[in-house]
Amino acid sequence: MATITDANGTVLTRPKFNLLRWFGQTGWRHIVGIFFVIFALFPLAYVLSASLNPSGILAGSRLFGEVGLDNYVKLLTNENKPFAMWFMNSMLVGLGTAVGTVFLGALAAYSFSRMRFTGRRTGLLTLVLVQMFPQILAIIAIYSVMQTIGGIFPALGVNSHIGLIMIYLGGALGVNTYLMYGFFNTVPSEIDEAAKIDGAGHARIFFTIILRLVAPILAVIGLLSFIGVTNDFVIASIMLTEPESQTLAVGLFKYVADANFKEWGPFAAGAILAALPVTILFLFLQKYIVGGLTAGSVK
Amino acid sequence: MAKKHNTDRLVEAASGPTWVIILKIMLLAVVTAVSVYAIFMLVLANDYVLASIVAVATLAINYIYLRKGALPAKYLTPGIIFLLIFQVFVVGYSAFIGFTNYSTGHNGTKEMAIDSLLEGQLERIPDSPEFALSVVEKDGVINFLVTQDCPAPVEGVESEPCEPQVFIGNATTPLQPVTNANWLGDKASSLPGYETIKFDQILERQDEILAITVPFTDDPTEGALQTTDGRSAYLYMAKLVYDPVADTMTNTETGVVYTPSATGSFVSESGEELQPGWRTIVGLDNFIKAINEDSIREPFIGVLIWTFVFAFLSMAFTFILGLFLAIMFNDPRMKLRKFYRIIVILPYAFPAFLSALVWAGMFRNDTGDYNGFINQMFFGGASIPWLSDPLLAKVSLLLVNLWLGFPYMFLVTTGALQAIPEELNEAARVDGATPWQIFRRIKFPLLMVSVAPLLISTFAFNFNNFNLIYMLTGGGPADPRAGMNVGSTDILISMVYKIAFDSSVRDYGLASAFTILIFLIVVGISVVSFRRTKMLEDLN
Repeated sequence: MATITDANGTVLTRPKFNLLRWFGQTGWRHIVGIFFVIFALFPLAYVLSASLNPSGILAGSRLFGEVGLDNYVKLLTNENKPFAMWFMNSMLVGLGTAVGTVFLGALAAYSFSRMRFTGRRTGLLTLVLVQMFPQILAIIAIYSVMQTIGGIFPALGVNSHIGLIMIYLGGALGVNTYLMYGFFNTVPSEIDEAAKIDGAGHARIFFTIILRLVAPILAVIGLLSFIGVTNDFVIASIMLTEPESQTLAVGLFKYVADANFKEWGPFAAGAILAALPVTILFLFLQKYIVGGLTAGSVK
Repeated sequence: MAKKHNTDRLVEAASGPTWVIILKIMLLAVVTAVSVYAIFMLVLANDYVLASIVAVATLAINYIYLRKGALPAKYLTPGIIFLLIFQVFVVGYSAFIGFTNYSTGHNGTKEMAIDSLLEGQLERIPDSPEFALSVVEKDGVINFLVTQDCPAPVEGVESEPCEPQVFIGNATTPLQPVTNANWLGDKASSLPGYETIKFDQILERQDEILAITVPFTDDPTEGALQTTDGRSAYLYMAKLVYDPVADTMTNTETGVVYTPSATGSFVSESGEELQPGWRTIVGLDNFIKAINEDSIREPFIGVLIWTFVFAFLSMAFTFILGLFLAIMFNDPRMKLRKFYRIIVILPYAFPAFLSALVWAGMFRNDTGDYNGFINQMFFGGASIPWLSDPLLAKVSLLLVNLWLGFPYMFLVTTGALQAIPEELNEAARVDGATPWQIFRRIKFPLLMVSVAPLLISTFAFNFNNFNLIYMLTGGGPADPRAGMNVGSTDILISMVYKIAFDSSVRDYGLASAFTILIFLIVVGISVVSFRRTKMLEDLN
């Protein structure tokens, strides 16, 4: 047993390791923790293993029994299901919507937070309530609207990414505005006042001062709307009918949609490639995301 | 008052250097130009209602951005335009569809229905003349090149001098005479500018060619040409005749008269209905149908109950597990906490639609030769019907949703727990409270204040969690007794989607009627819960 002497020369005996006490304090936590680590990980391990399994399905009960890149090759070389195009389309639509949502939401939040006008409270509440209605349910009406628009401007109609982004921007206000509004309020209004006295106009205050101060919430809203859009299946599947214009959600679903011919191998490979960037980005930003999600409610 | 006015003017004066104003005017000009073009096209298409709406909107936008003051409107307008078109209008339009009979067989105007009835049911006129036919093609469009022979000479009667006539036409253009055709025997075989389709190609493209109907003249009642062999064409006439004055359809063969009904189709006295019908407003029919018809009402009530159960249990299970893990990992003495945290939130970071499909792959045991991963890994190869048994499918859904949702709850409750000041804990301990009392009486109520709104939004999210249901079980297993395509795990939103898109008869009207019901329920829940959360805040 190692002994340690303190400043006065008294010998201190290190407390004996007590298994029972360790278990009572933190040991059981590790056991439960490991259980939930397995719970959280095994579906992800499954899809990774399936993507690497050359036989296409996970036949045995052993994960990573066989390892090869056949599924990835199959996925990337299938001409009828252009994965690379889907990936690009998802990025394009996701980024376009995220930028648009952040911009429109910030404009609205700025006016709700900094200006006083009749109907301000009601307006904010109405926005949140109206957005409670899921857009999916109005898909028939949305499709008719897009056909009408496409009849005038073919570049904005069915099968157009800009058209799809416009649909998603219909949901740009609402909860986003509410979350941003909460964050905008934490920026002291003395800053605006000072800038105003220095001769800055409202637009200048908004674009050069406020937007910089609320950057964290803008990042959070942008990321959340990006994730939401790339997860959307219904609207994208109705609006995008050409394989070259489809997004990842629509395209990858086709691999496993056929009841008699499911290609789990390439699907798993596609799932891994599609999830990788979003997952990594999310893990890096998770602190801010949680902060942003709770910001509106904690106050 | 005057002071406020002054500051406003100051703000306006300072609202930007010249280039900003030029940029603003250029943007407005682009928007206006695009709108004017749209108005022009709409007027050409005779859509005056929409044209005037666009015109009014354009004027409003210009007014808002060109006048002084009214700053809030300037900041709100861009977002509100999209909101009005793709959220408010489409919801209103959906509600309107709920009062119509819009569905398969009722998806056009009455004129379209009449035209398609007249064209649809053709039959050959007995003893009608035969036309020698050459099938020709131009720009990918198939045309009929037909030769009309002289009437056969009747003995004893001196026939008038006559030349065979040649016509050309296709599915959209009625027959027109041509004179420059090339002849092969007594049949026009080709026409300059058109490519003749050879007989072996005709066999290859048989389906395409046999489906073509070439109108005889502009008037649909004069009949149309069809071919059965690609060499000769015959005159076909509609079985039905439309009387525009009486607004009735008459079957020329049986003499049955069909009159238009209130539900958008021609109906005979005996109740026989002609397909297709047309779109029309049917009032509350869809709602009455949903309430009165057992085959719709019973599955609907089942789905309604399951929707609430699913949303509530999903919320409760994820919250309990998330809170449990948050408390467990919140002990500073524990090592490797960061590692556990990162791993445990991975399911939340992985795209949800992919997760649902992955779980569907792990659960399935649908084919005889392949048993799912879960059965093989955890149940020794037993064949447990995870997704095809009505009860097990519900359990599977809740399990998958627990997996998808607990990391979020874990993150949120961790944040909320750490926001509770440590002094409260110490003060309670000094007062002699047990750890359970501290949690139950102090931490938990404080936690609820910040987490309650998130619980409500989780409930609302799961109430409409279409992706999970559709990707994992597809709403199945299907309920064979129901009068519509609905399964035991369908929630309202997936049921509506299936009525509108995944059924043999796509009933948009009925689907939209259900949509209105869902909207009312969701709004009700939100209003009530907003009130309640405010109450919780006030208590604090």
